[in-house]
Amino acid sequence: MDRIEKTVTLRAPQDRVWNAISDAKQFGTWFGVALDGPFVAGQRVTGKMMPTKVDPEVAKLQVPHEGLPVEWQVERVEPQRLFSFRWHPFAIERDVDYSNEPTTLVEFSLTPDGNNTRLTITESGFDKIPLERRAKAFAANDGGWTKQAELIAKYLSR
Amino acid sequence: MKDRYSQTAPVFAALGDPTRLRMVAQLCSQGPQSIVQLTTGSKVTRQGITKHLLALADAGVVRSRREGRERIWEVEPARLAEASKYLEQISTQWDEAIERLRAFVETEG
Repeated sequence: MDRIEKTVTLRAPQDRVWNAISDAKQFGTWFGVALDGPFVAGQRVTGKMMPTKVDPEVAKLQVPHEGLPVEWQVERVEPQRLFSFRWHPFAIERDVDYSNEPTTLVEFSLTPDGNNTRLTITESGFDKIPLERRAKAFAANDGGWTKQAELIAKYLSR
Repeated sequence: MKDRYSQTAPVFAALGDPTRLRMVAQLCSQGPQSIVQLTTGSKVTRQGITKHLLALADAGVVRSRREGRERIWEVEPARLAEASKYLEQISTQWDEAIERLRAFVETEG
C-alpha cells in the first residue's frame, strides 16, 4: 500500500517526452499547474494550481482547485532519463498548512522504445502520510470511487 | 462528511500494523480462517493473533462467527474497500495526468 506505479508507452520520441516533463512550463501545461521557476535538482519550486490546457473536461474539474499554492522539492534531474520531486499528496484544503507534513516522492523515468518512449511514473512514501490526511482525502473525493469500491467488495466477497 | 472521516481513520490505524495487514491479506487470499489457522506459520502467539483480530474487528475490518467450538474470522469486504480507496484515488489521478501528457506529447509537434 506504499506506492503507485504506472508504466505507459507514449507515441513520441524520448526528447519530446523529456521536455514535456522536465521543462516546468510544459509540465504545467498538461498537468495543470503554473510554476514560478524551472526544475533544478535540489531546489524548491513554488507555483499555483491552474486548470490544464490540454483537456477542457478535466480543466473544468480542476477549476475548484485553481490558485492553490504548491511547493515541490525537486530531487533529481538526469537528462532524458529521470526526473523526481517530493510533494504533499492530497494537499487540496485551502486552510491547511502542509509544510510540516511528510511528502511522497514522485519519479518519472524514461526509456526509448523505437520511436516511442516508455514512461514509468512512481509515487512512493504513502505509509508516512498521516492517517487523518488519508481519511480526509478519501472523504473529500468520494464521487468517482463508489464504482471501484463495489468492484472490490464484489471481488472480496466471492 | 465528518462522519466519514471518523469511520475511516480507525481502518487505516488498524491496517497500519504489519502483522495485522498480513493477517488481513491472508484472510483475503485464503478465505475465512480460525485462530489456529491464522497462528500456524506465524511468529506471533495465539494470544497476539487474538489481540490483533479484536483490534481489526473494532475497526470493522474483520468479523467473526461461531462454527461449532471454533470461531471463524473473515474480512468485512465493504470496510476494506473503503480503506483501499485512497490509493486508488491517487492512482486514477495519475491515469488522468498520463492521458493529458499523452495528448500533449503526441499531438503537439
